[in-house]
Amino acid sequence: MFEYAPAPESRAIVDIKPSYGLFINGEFVDGTGTSFKTVNPATEEVLAEVAEASDADVDEAVKAARRAYTRVWSRMSGAERAKYLYRIARIIQERGRELAVLESIDNGKPIKESRDVDVPIVAAHFFYYAGWADKLKYSGYGETPLGVAGQVIPWNFPLLMLAWKIAPALACGNTVVLKPAETTPLTALLFAEICQQADLPPGVVNIVTGAGDTGRAIVSHPDVDKVAFTGSTEVGKAIARAVAGSEKKVTLELGGKAANIVFDDAPIDQAVEGIVDGIFFNQGHVCCAGSRLLVQESVADEVLERLKRRMSTLRMGDPLDKNTDVGAINSGEQLKRIRELSEVGDAEGAERWEVACDLPTKGFWFPPTIFTGVSQAHRIAREEIFGPVLSVLTFRTPSEAVEKANNTPFGLSAGVWTDKGSRILSMANRLRAGVVWANTFNKFDPTSPFGGYKESGYGREGGRHGLEGYLKGEAS
Amino acid sequence: MTPIASSTASSPSATGVFDDVVRSESSLRRFLHGLPGVDQVGCEARAAGLATRSIKTTSKAFAIDLAIRMVDLTTLEGQDTHGKVRALASKAMRPDPADPTCPATAAVCVYPDMVPTAKQTLGDSGVHVAAVATAFPSGRAAMDIKLADTRDAVEAGADEIDMVIDRGAFLSGRYLDVYEEIAQVKEACARPDGTSAHLKVIFETGELQTYDNVRRASWLAMMAGGHFIKTSTGKVQPAATLPVTLIMLEAVRDFREQTGQMVGVKPAGGIKTTKDAIKYLVMVNEICGDDWLDPDWFRFGASTLLNDLLMQRTKMTTGRYSGPDYFTLD
Repeated sequence: MFEYAPAPESRAIVDIKPSYGLFINGEFVDGTGTSFKTVNPATEEVLAEVAEASDADVDEAVKAARRAYTRVWSRMSGAERAKYLYRIARIIQERGRELAVLESIDNGKPIKESRDVDVPIVAAHFFYYAGWADKLKYSGYGETPLGVAGQVIPWNFPLLMLAWKIAPALACGNTVVLKPAETTPLTALLFAEICQQADLPPGVVNIVTGAGDTGRAIVSHPDVDKVAFTGSTEVGKAIARAVAGSEKKVTLELGGKAANIVFDDAPIDQAVEGIVDGIFFNQGHVCCAGSRLLVQESVADEVLERLKRRMSTLRMGDPLDKNTDVGAINSGEQLKRIRELSEVGDAEGAERWEVACDLPTKGFWFPPTIFTGVSQAHRIAREEIFGPVLSVLTFRTPSEAVEKANNTPFGLSAGVWTDKGSRILSMANRLRAGVVWANTFNKFDPTSPFGGYKESGYGREGGRHGLEGYLKGEAS
Repeated sequence: MTPIASSTASSPSATGVFDDVVRSESSLRRFLHGLPGVDQVGCEARAAGLATRSIKTTSKAFAIDLAIRMVDLTTLEGQDTHGKVRALASKAMRPDPADPTCPATAAVCVYPDMVPTAKQTLGDSGVHVAAVATAFPSGRAAMDIKLADTRDAVEAGADEIDMVIDRGAFLSGRYLDVYEEIAQVKEACARPDGTSAHLKVIFETGELQTYDNVRRASWLAMMAGGHFIKTSTGKVQPAATLPVTLIMLEAVRDFREQTGQMVGVKPAGGIKTTKDAIKYLVMVNEICGDDWLDPDWFRFGASTLLNDLLMQRTKMTTGRYSGPDYFTLD
């Protein structure tokens, strides 16, 4: 037997402080609110105490951002802003290992993903938008910034979502107040340190930690010109209601229930990899996860057999082990939701199959799972589980595949697997999803816009389109 | 699933299951072109993903010894002499003279005229003699010459024959010709006592170019009764690569699913370091599983690889790196 010995990445590179304050106006301050704990989801070890920003703290942060906007950042030339962004990007690369280890500790995702996916794309995002800073007049959206951006991000890609929000905002000349998720604040606070290291003018980036109340305070603050949110559809709707009637510009990246469509002429082995990447990447905590597999009936048995064989080689466990493929569920609360929805799947008559593996006794864990015999009427085919749970449905014809894929309130992403190029193009035209991947899945690049249809939100992040949400948009 | 007997008697032929497939040129073409396509980007990404596995300490020690046991220590040069082959054969039996616990390699691989010399040196050490045949490396000769080349090597005592396919025939779509060539060479591997030399079928994947072609060639060779499928001669670049080997491993895995028979895989050429070798073993482990992690079912065609394995092996046992001068150059 070829057993892989433990290959843990060292924790020594990160220095987690016992407690953290808020990052306002270029300095860490205590704040006036209470505090909360952030834990390592793989062990339930308490990592640090983090300040919970009060309404007054948020107000301070917005004031700092406004001052920095009017006095410094909006007056600076694009070329000068770009220098700061390039500097931040380079420091992210230099401190990449530290960021990756910290992300895995706080979030539970495997180190191979934080190291090979999250951190490199974070750096790439800053490099990409640094390039736009002095070229905004060619953007098609004008070159006038909006002002202060209030940004609220989720826990599934803490640092990557921060980059998606902060890089375009700063490149366009806005200043920001950003709230990381309450379960994963640590890399955002390390990013604050990087802003100091890069000599970013005080107040351009402000990081306020906290939970829902802090987020509400940012979103509803009267001096915030722009609200950007990534997270659940439920909270997204509340935000849309809160800002309705105001001058605030809003972009929302919300939930998804993406169809990953496998035709009978697909490259089967690669399709199986794509299904695995689609739903088990990042423990399925991905808004664009391919959580509904639509497989053509004529190859369904073969695909499922190969999928199960492949799933049984997934390595689950210590997120810091370099050979871990599937890490920990981010929180006890999320684990509860995944369990509940899976039980609904059982109750509604779908057939559950999961990888046989020993789960650690501490921490939050859920084995990679598939449900077969799922129909469109099942809740597990309609609601976002946001975990490593795949619902398998079948179809007979391309039209049926399109009909089922689009029959959802969401519309963030979709995947198409076929060797036939013309079919890829016709499917992409008919699928109502912001991103359609062909013969691949969950590929992200800063040059490519990302965003949803319907209840998956509005606005685009990434690429030239990502500038629109941060510019006044005069006729070009 | 029962692995077929490895070194004696010819393996039960897969024909029977595939009689209808190989009945005519058109039925064979339909079958090969009906195999699922390979998406190049996805295949290469999968191979690159597996290559990030971190193999340390005990698992590294295990992998190094296994890799040494899988090496077909190779010399295939115009300048080969009896002296050179004798030296190579001695090294195959005792790769590390300073450490008797170091395992022997699987085989030495030579041109047919060197088989008697290799055989004589290796004696009953258990290290096999593999001979390249069928107008290696180009395969551009008449069929009767290829068969004579093969018989000559078998008569001289070769345990294994590494044949090359006619890439010209394959690329021009004459699959049945390639099939029949392999089947005939396999017959020529038979010995008078009823046993048979093992047949490895070299595709020269650097000339076949596409992964779809590699998959088709793999099925063609397996249906024709090859015991092993092998990437390259080592004379054409690129030789063995991880993605090409991935496709071949998937093919032998799927072939066993369908027929119950195991076929071996041999990447050859360009694998020079322990790090490389371990990447291949990880791939075997995760694509085919434990059954293939054995010199009977997986080989490395290599020459310089062995010394790097020995150097890493010494490092594992002593904790220190020693210089290349502490390992024999043969």
